Amino acid sequence: MLPTTPDINRKETETEIDETADGRWILRLYVAGQTQNSLTAFENLKKICEDYLGGKYTIEVIDLIKDPQLAKDHQIIAVPTLIRKLPVPVKKIIGNLSNTEKVLVGLDLRKVR
Amino acid sequence: MGAAEIEKVHSGIKGLDDITGGGLPKGRPSLVSGGPGCGKTLFAMEFIIRGIIDYGEPGVFVAFEEKIDDLKLNFRSMGFDLDNLIRRKKLVLDHITIDRSEIEEAGEYDLEGLFIRLGALIDEVGAKRVSIDTLEALFSGFANEAILRSELRRLFLWLKDRGVTAVVTGERGDRTITTYGLEEYVADCVITLDHRVTNQIATRRLHIVKYRGSIHGTDEYPFLISEDGISVLPITSLSLTHKASGERIFTGIPRLDTMLEGKGFYRGSSILISGQAGTGKTSIAATFIDAACRRNEKCLFFIFEESESQLLRNMKSIGINLEPWVKSGLLKFHAVRPTAYSLEMHLSVMLKLIGEFKPRVVAVDPISNLYPIGDDIQVRSMLMRLIDFAKSLQITGLFTSLSNDVNVGVYSVEPTEMHVSSLMDAWLILKNIEGNGERNRAFSIIKVRGMAHSNQLREFILSDKGIRLLDVYKGSEGVLFGSARIAQEGNEIDDRLCKNEEIERKKRELESRRKLMENEISLLRERFAQEEDEMMILIGQDVSREKVAAKTKREIATQRHVDR
Repeated sequence: MLPTTPDINRKETETEIDETADGRWILRLYVAGQTQNSLTAFENLKKICEDYLGGKYTIEVIDLIKDPQLAKDHQIIAVPTLIRKLPVPVKKIIGNLSNTEKVLVGLDLRKVR
Repeated sequence: MGAAEIEKVHSGIKGLDDITGGGLPKGRPSLVSGGPGCGKTLFAMEFIIRGIIDYGEPGVFVAFEEKIDDLKLNFRSMGFDLDNLIRRKKLVLDHITIDRSEIEEAGEYDLEGLFIRLGALIDEVGAKRVSIDTLEALFSGFANEAILRSELRRLFLWLKDRGVTAVVTGERGDRTITTYGLEEYVADCVITLDHRVTNQIATRRLHIVKYRGSIHGTDEYPFLISEDGISVLPITSLSLTHKASGERIFTGIPRLDTMLEGKGFYRGSSILISGQAGTGKTSIAATFIDAACRRNEKCLFFIFEESESQLLRNMKSIGINLEPWVKSGLLKFHAVRPTAYSLEMHLSVMLKLIGEFKPRVVAVDPISNLYPIGDDIQVRSMLMRLIDFAKSLQITGLFTSLSNDVNVGVYSVEPTEMHVSSLMDAWLILKNIEGNGERNRAFSIIKVRGMAHSNQLREFILSDKGIRLLDVYKGSEGVLFGSARIAQEGNEIDDRLCKNEEIERKKRELESRRKLMENEISLLRERFAQEEDEMMILIGQDVSREKVAAKTKREIATQRHVDR
């Protein structure tokens, strides 16, 4: 099961801060229901985060079916879509994140290692 | 294929519903494809807005290319207040941005987000209509074409499931209708828009490539983008069903009215005035218009050769002052060079002006100037549209045409105008007649449908008091015009004078003869009286002589003592 984040703030206020206090990453995963791609994406993301960020991360999962308005507000077309809210700049990756290389490139994670 | 036609909804785009037999397929997506600047976005937006305003169907407009603020601004200039419709919860606009450069693709995905998004928009206003402009932007946004294609197929099915009538636009491809072959997903209705430039004049055309389960016009239809949207001009969809008026209107040329049974033309008829350069075509049109304005009828005058002030000045020189009518708003000019824009644009401008101004008389001077921008068939079909439109509103149409043919006889018919003339109810011809070192104008009526008209040739005179039609002189020397006619008329007057004198002389002679005769009679009478007198005297003498003789005899007897 996907642990979807309840009551995600619609107003995007947190983008005003450039960094979390402890350098924590904030990642947001947009999905549409409990599909195979959604589950795979979440699993892949969790694994990559564990491997490369060592627990200093937060994953928010947003199910667009529960909150369709967010698709418009957050310009989401493809699902799953992963957005790196923090650190800035915002990064966007689509797909079930099965291609780890591409996810790392997309998240600028190579240099962290 | 079922026998029943599929259900349709009015697109609200002027003319399109005529050629599609009712509009776009209801509850199904239609594809509109075309090159850049061909009017796709306008088509998609007008479909939505007309749907809201004219048919009470809320709509969703999804833009991939233009930003919402730009859209609002662009359509405000066409008189569409999008903000108002949005406030009234009739319309939602959504701009979907896809920037491939900031998107990394890692693994499989689908476009469920788009579906959810569309679904939310449709639910927001209870939309019956959806426009997506232009869907192909997705192809530049996503790398995985296989996923895209299957998702597009799913999108069209999804739109159908939602039961919305949709217009999806696509970019025209080299060999295909759309660059990415969207047409293969749309089974029902595919329309292409085209923007062509021929002889430096741009023409927009609309073509219904496919319309499953429906009869539709197969031609390419010219269409226009004017300040109030798209109008498609179905050339052949109009039928001859207009009601013919029995009302007659005077032409402003009394002699011409006389030639037309003394009553003038029928209201709502189309009248062609053709002639060579300088024969007075414009003057006839102006006279007709002047007469109409005097009857307090509104007139619209399209002029392709002169400016308004030039025409007003020129007409003043023949005693026709149109200026007061312009000032009072009865007469409106529309002066434009024919080459200013395409035939279709001309037609649309004309139809629009006619629709707005609602004149009773429309004049076009001259239609022959349209030939540089269209061939015979195009000009003819344009005029047909114009005439049909005018007739449906009982507007009398006056069309002048310049004849190219200079060397034709008085009675022959101009071949160049044959094809146009069949559209016209009446045809007047003006001709230059050269002879005796001068040029004169001849006027005749070739045809007037539905009335007995004079077949006589008339001399046409432009004076400072307007137009006059005069009898031509017909005699042993043929038909005479101008000074030859005047000379002939002079001769006739001379002859008449001579004859008068002769009679007078004869009268005088007779009179004197009578006097002579009467003299003689009185002379004879006198003579007779004289003779009578003499006779009486003689008789008197004779009687007295007898008496004397008898007395004498008695006296003699007495003397002789006659015994008895």
